[in-house]
Amino acid sequence: MRAFTYERAKDPVEAARIVASRPGAKFIAGGTNLLDLMKIEVETPTHLVDVQDLKLDRIEKTRDGGLRIGALVTNTDLAADDRVRRDYGVLTRAIVAGASGQLRNKASTAGNLLQRTRCPYFYDTNMACNKRKPGSGCAAIGGYSRQLGVIGVSNDCIATFPGDMAVAMRVLDAVVETVDASGQRRSIAIADFHRLWGDRPDQDTVLRPGELITAVTLPRPIGGRHFYEKVRDRASYAYALVSVAAVIQRDGTGRVAFGGVAPRPWRVEAADALLPQGAAAVTARAFQGATPTKDNAFKLPLATRALASVLAQAADQNRA
Amino acid sequence: MAEPSELELSRRGVLTGGAATAALVATPLPALAQGQAPATPAPTMPVRLTVNGTARELTLDTRTTLLDALREHLHLTGTKKGCDHGQCGACTVMVEGKRINSCLTLAVMHDGDRVTTIEGLGTPDKLHPMQAAFVKHDGYQCGYCTPGQICSAVAVLDEIRRGIPSHVQADLTAKPLATNMEMRERMSGNICRCGAYSNIADAMAEVAGA
Repeated sequence: MRAFTYERAKDPVEAARIVASRPGAKFIAGGTNLLDLMKIEVETPTHLVDVQDLKLDRIEKTRDGGLRIGALVTNTDLAADDRVRRDYGVLTRAIVAGASGQLRNKASTAGNLLQRTRCPYFYDTNMACNKRKPGSGCAAIGGYSRQLGVIGVSNDCIATFPGDMAVAMRVLDAVVETVDASGQRRSIAIADFHRLWGDRPDQDTVLRPGELITAVTLPRPIGGRHFYEKVRDRASYAYALVSVAAVIQRDGTGRVAFGGVAPRPWRVEAADALLPQGAAAVTARAFQGATPTKDNAFKLPLATRALASVLAQAADQNRA
Repeated sequence: MAEPSELELSRRGVLTGGAATAALVATPLPALAQGQAPATPAPTMPVRLTVNGTARELTLDTRTTLLDALREHLHLTGTKKGCDHGQCGACTVMVEGKRINSCLTLAVMHDGDRVTTIEGLGTPDKLHPMQAAFVKHDGYQCGYCTPGQICSAVAVLDEIRRGIPSHVQADLTAKPLATNMEMRERMSGNICRCGAYSNIADAMAEVAGA
């Protein structure tokens, strides 16, 4: 690990100012992903600004009947919140489907959104990777790509966004709130937060240098039955091959987003409208234009089957 | 096993690896040192921890993980370093009562925090009930993952008591129960290469039922 200096910020704008003005500075919250990457020198910050004292660890009701989740609320606390369990079950389901109990106790809401891809070529510093080292090429293309993206990827990068929590937040139309060094606040729809890689796979999100996430807000509850179906290589503590976050209403309408397939939680609103027609119709629309590799082409039928499983569970619950 | 002599290494290098390997072995020491970074001292900071009830003060390189602070600086070697990347759970300790991977957090991030390690749970003369249950149910073979397993197991039962939900829970609004399925799911961040899982779950079930 490279040497760095460390400080604890007392105020969000002060934290943003330090990171914006100091080259090589980074925020650290839970640190579970950042420190992992610092150990292998994929991340090499020269200064860490610890945001743990910023008092962004509360979950509050918003005026319009939604919830405002502080950036530092741990994954465990968010999943366990009674209001989230009751009204936003897809979010609790997604969080507890990810990582391990130890990691969820430390990982923060903002950090979960900012976690980096688990593409094996991003982690292996001997390999070409445009995300890790812009312009160096992509060893994943033509390499071992079983876990990698099938849609929204580019000729420069076929990595996926690895998280579960954000897939549920995409279905719930969450909004990411930020503050920058000048104190300017910004609200970013979760749909726009993660970038498609294009020719800049080194940039994961639309955040500007020093811009700090302060909260994620959820609109008022939308009812329905909540599902997070995650298909992975073992029963627990593994990344999704494909995941499905869905809220299905009694009349068969609803919303669905897919994880493990793209640079961002993958939701196509025009595909949501096809939910009453069944899983195959939805995925045909949602994955129109997909560019899978030979290794990961299985993700397309798997997405259809995982969604079919969700719709069957929803129908069973309606009958019960 | 004895260290191979430089002569043996050189001979093996010539025979199997070719001239390049032999040349590397033969390179004089001062030349190797030239490749190293200049010796600017790494930043250090004071860190105060309360470990197993005892206040400790350290001055640490900012890069020091909580795991290395415990093992290398406080010589509490019960907590183990397995993968050092949060994948195996051997380093599990409790900070402010919650289990975390001590390898994936910096000691400086825990200034002022209370840490409980395996040494703080029980002693050889007075075992923690979970330690006693692991012995009784043979919840280990080589023992390397065991301190992490036990810290995690104690925390898991507390998480179930506090109603923290899990992936295997059917009804999210219900209180979770200490079932075998729940134990297995909640312990998935602790890997046991010997495969003592079923006995670990039995040990946990006994403590949960007590």
